[in-house]
Amino acid sequence: MKVQSAMFYFPEEVIEHIFSFLTHHPDRNTVSTVCKAWYKIERLSRCEVFVGNCYAIRPDRAAARFPGLRSLTLKGKPHFADFDLVPPDWGGLAGPWIEAMARSCPNLEELRMKRMVVSDESLELLVHAFPNFKALVLVSCEGFSTDGLAAVARSCKSLRELDLQENEIEDRGPRWLNSFPDMCTSLVSLNFACLKGEVNLKSLERLVCRSPNLKCLRLNRAVPVETLAKIMNQCPNLEDLGTGSLLADQFSEAYVSLISALQKCKKLRSLSGFWDASPLCLLAVYPICANLTGLNLSYAPTVQGQDFINLIQHCVKLLRLWVLDSVGDKGLAVVASACKELQELRVFPSDLFAAGPATVTEEGLVAISTGCPKLNSLLYFCHSMTNSALITVSKNCPNFTRFRLCILEPRKPDPATNEPLDEGFGAVVKTCKNLRRFSISGLLTDQVFYYIGKYAKALEMLSIAFAGDTDQGMTYVLNGCKNLRKLEIRDCPFGDGALLADVTKYETMRSLWMSSCDISLRGCKALATKMPSLNVEIINEWEAEMEENLNNGVAEVISNNNNKHINNGNDERKVEKLYVYRTVGGPRTDAPDFVWTL
Amino acid sequence: MSVETERSSTESEVSGLDYEETALTLRLPGGTSRVAGSEPDRKRGFSETVELGLGSGAPVGTRGVGSTDDQSDESPESQASVAEKPPAPKARVVGWPPVRSFRKNVMKSCKLVKVAVDGAPYLRKVDLEAYTGYHQLLTALQEMFSCFTLRNYPDEERKLVDPVNGTEYVPTYEDKEGDWMLVGDVPWKMFVESCKRVRLMKSSEAVNLAPRAQHS
Repeated sequence: MKVQSAMFYFPEEVIEHIFSFLTHHPDRNTVSTVCKAWYKIERLSRCEVFVGNCYAIRPDRAAARFPGLRSLTLKGKPHFADFDLVPPDWGGLAGPWIEAMARSCPNLEELRMKRMVVSDESLELLVHAFPNFKALVLVSCEGFSTDGLAAVARSCKSLRELDLQENEIEDRGPRWLNSFPDMCTSLVSLNFACLKGEVNLKSLERLVCRSPNLKCLRLNRAVPVETLAKIMNQCPNLEDLGTGSLLADQFSEAYVSLISALQKCKKLRSLSGFWDASPLCLLAVYPICANLTGLNLSYAPTVQGQDFINLIQHCVKLLRLWVLDSVGDKGLAVVASACKELQELRVFPSDLFAAGPATVTEEGLVAISTGCPKLNSLLYFCHSMTNSALITVSKNCPNFTRFRLCILEPRKPDPATNEPLDEGFGAVVKTCKNLRRFSISGLLTDQVFYYIGKYAKALEMLSIAFAGDTDQGMTYVLNGCKNLRKLEIRDCPFGDGALLADVTKYETMRSLWMSSCDISLRGCKALATKMPSLNVEIINEWEAEMEENLNNGVAEVISNNNNKHINNGNDERKVEKLYVYRTVGGPRTDAPDFVWTL
Repeated sequence: MSVETERSSTESEVSGLDYEETALTLRLPGGTSRVAGSEPDRKRGFSETVELGLGSGAPVGTRGVGSTDDQSDESPESQASVAEKPPAPKARVVGWPPVRSFRKNVMKSCKLVKVAVDGAPYLRKVDLEAYTGYHQLLTALQEMFSCFTLRNYPDEERKLVDPVNGTEYVPTYEDKEGDWMLVGDVPWKMFVESCKRVRLMKSSEAVNLAPRAQHS
């Protein structure tokens, strides 16, 4: 009996219904490859599309394939763009995507973008093309101003979510908040914490008053305690609050009001902001700490020492904690004793250049691992780390899925033994079988890469800086990490040998970034020749600087013969920045002059 | 930046180390043969490490087993005392540490200074950029150490008073030149720019502070 073809006798509607239970996009990608019929059913019924690299496919093609899509997630620039390693005007433009959606996908309701360049015009187009538009989430984006926000506010009749996380937004005044029409009552989530300028406080209060469904509200630093108190009195159902500036006089009405308002918000589970927090305002927060699951103090350098300890010891249900290293090992020890349910910890540096005395060390991390065995996600900036600490941490917390450790001084060895940290990081990959994301630092030889290649079988993203000795290091990783999707490397001695060790590997990955390594133009050209399905892009710093000077009016237009540079015979030149990614979209058509596609 | 700092963050002041120990830091660690000018001691400060990192052609491979062996000549004690070097000149590596620009910019716009009160066992930090003027700052200081009340004298001197024992405290600050001044003497912006730290000094001890006319 031909059981295996039984599925073909199901009506399309049945198959479509079965597919509706598949929400995880890799699963949907997989079923679409089974046969033409399934491809068609799947593509017409897909509602959520995730594009991890906006240059992996042309916008028109994506829009044509999924005409019914409601939600689109896009990622643009490479991750290291967050750290200024990608020149301005590199790309990642949202415009072409929004235009393509406007032509082909009338049902678009949600747009999530990360590290993309969005203009005010694009935002205007977005809200006019999609009258049902509901949710806009922008993370680490740039290119727009508060005028664009005004357009979004003005035109969306049923806007539910406006979430702006760490974007560079040009401030053109506080009036954008006034643009929310009086009939707009649908807001569930509003986050403008990253806005630097003033906001119209009265408009804000009125907006909150007419938003009964508001669950998440994150204010910016310009919102004073008085307004915060008024707002909180209006929304007792708030679950997620980002405060504005937490400075208040002890005997002021604002302070008294804040205390009573906070106590009314019984559903509050997540707190952030704490800009300029005074110890007094922290006192007001104590009564709600016991129910908090999320706390972000990473923008509050004044919350440290005993103030921090007094606060955190109440937070017994905390799952996620973001702090600055100024809380010290002592503060972390208190976290370890109070927050037994902790799953995610991020410790950011308060002093970027490690010029002062050490704040957190390996001791703090060991204490956390001892006290919080459920920890599965870590970002830890510190002055130093030892192998024995890392070994202890991995024994205590075998469930890490994300482990990122940044020792502030590059190539720093274990201070106790003066050895590289290979064994410590090796212990992490050996023990944590579910590790998906890994960032390593300190003094590291090829040995750590041997361990990563051998043990990190679930690893999807690896970030390496100032590490390794020879090409063998990178080769271990390419050969061993079969689930690797993103590899980003800076300042490592990996050359053409490593780059070309396993060229077909890059087709199984989203992208490779290499900067300040030892690769040459010859090697990059060889890669491009062997693998036409990849875009092999080189960023030419000199050209990038010229372009920036041109844009700033500093330099005049000079000769534009890029091809001349690529092919002038000197292939031994070192390539400063290389970005390789798989794509079905061909070479970029919007690449600036300083990006050369080989 | 030195190895010592992780070991004893509270001992980063000079006290506790005698001059012989610090003198060790001044010579290059034992007999290491060096490539002329470019091979940095791994224990060196951040800036030297940075030099090697920035020149991407630099053969990092030379920093291999050989160097480690040389370094193991150093006893742990002398490593610990690679201490009182002047702070490394701020040579910056682009994009390091890996912190998002947004966060970096926020941190840059802070002006954090420590605040000490004579007789209190702990310090606090305030961000001077958060305040718009002296009154706000003093109000914050008052509330921070919560046992004071602001008392405004008719001649506009600002004093803080501990209601328990009536002791008066005068807010003072150390400026860039290392002099202790009265808070309130200079325009607010100038104060924010030049203040390194704040101390609430008992009035009785404040008599010898430099009068305003002497400092520009």
